[in-house]
Amino acid sequence: MKNAENKRRKSPSGNLNELKIKMPSLSVNEGLARSVVAAFCAQLDPSATEIADIKCAVSEAVTNCIVHAYKDRIGTIYINIRLCEERVVRVEIKDKGCGIEDVKTARQPLFTTDAANERSGMGFTVMESFCDAVRVRSKLGGGTTVTLFKAFEGR
Amino acid sequence: MLKKHCKYETQIENGVLTVTLRGEIDHHSAVSVRTEIDSLIYELRPQKTVLDLSEIDFMDSSGLGLIMGRYALMQRIDGELTLKNPNERIVKIFELAGLGRIVKIEEDAEEIGAEDAEENTEKESKK
Repeated sequence: MKNAENKRRKSPSGNLNELKIKMPSLSVNEGLARSVVAAFCAQLDPSATEIADIKCAVSEAVTNCIVHAYKDRIGTIYINIRLCEERVVRVEIKDKGCGIEDVKTARQPLFTTDAANERSGMGFTVMESFCDAVRVRSKLGGGTTVTLFKAFEGR
Repeated sequence: MLKKHCKYETQIENGVLTVTLRGEIDHHSAVSVRTEIDSLIYELRPQKTVLDLSEIDFMDSSGLGLIMGRYALMQRIDGELTLKNPNERIVKIFELAGLGRIVKIEEDAEEIGAEDAEENTEKESKK
């Protein structure tokens, strides 16, 4: 009986539930990505604020892939959404783009390499404020993986 | 016809350009909206531009770039920029950037006390 319960809730990789997305770095996909993540999180009966938080954080990370990682070309963005604990969602947003030279500096509020295009430099600050944890792994020329953790208390 | 994520309407009255934005402001929608608002500002040279945000459902930091860019443009032509009815999410993003007190905010309540001269309004509408 317990096995059957686990089978229903766990994916082959042992996580509670999981969704993988692979999309080209087209700006129209910013809205699609945040909507898909919001739809995934709906299973936790989240509050309106929690949904607004995760949507905004995902939008920032995906925009970074489009405007920075794949600055001069269209590349692939990989998004992995997991329910990793009972009420914690982990969203991994990965690109194989240019990478970040200095992650610590990039995470500073208002820091941007692209002021000419009105980038506010607030992307990572927004992610950090609206999520419980943000992990950034990057390699110059090798790409960047941003992992967002968000706990949902629900309504 | 592709769906537009952010639609807007504009209205000019007594040197005040009001841009009412609807929908979602992200990097995707900000790029086109920015170009179109700027060409209107250059053409009309308003003393004041009001960005009405009451019907914005979503905004991320690209919206902050959009607003601050228009703020800078209005300053350059000796005008001012005001935000109307930004929701608490929008205000929060401004505060994160430490820009909470830079751009003027007006709420609807104040507007009612002012003139409600809706007549004699030239209306331009874009879809």
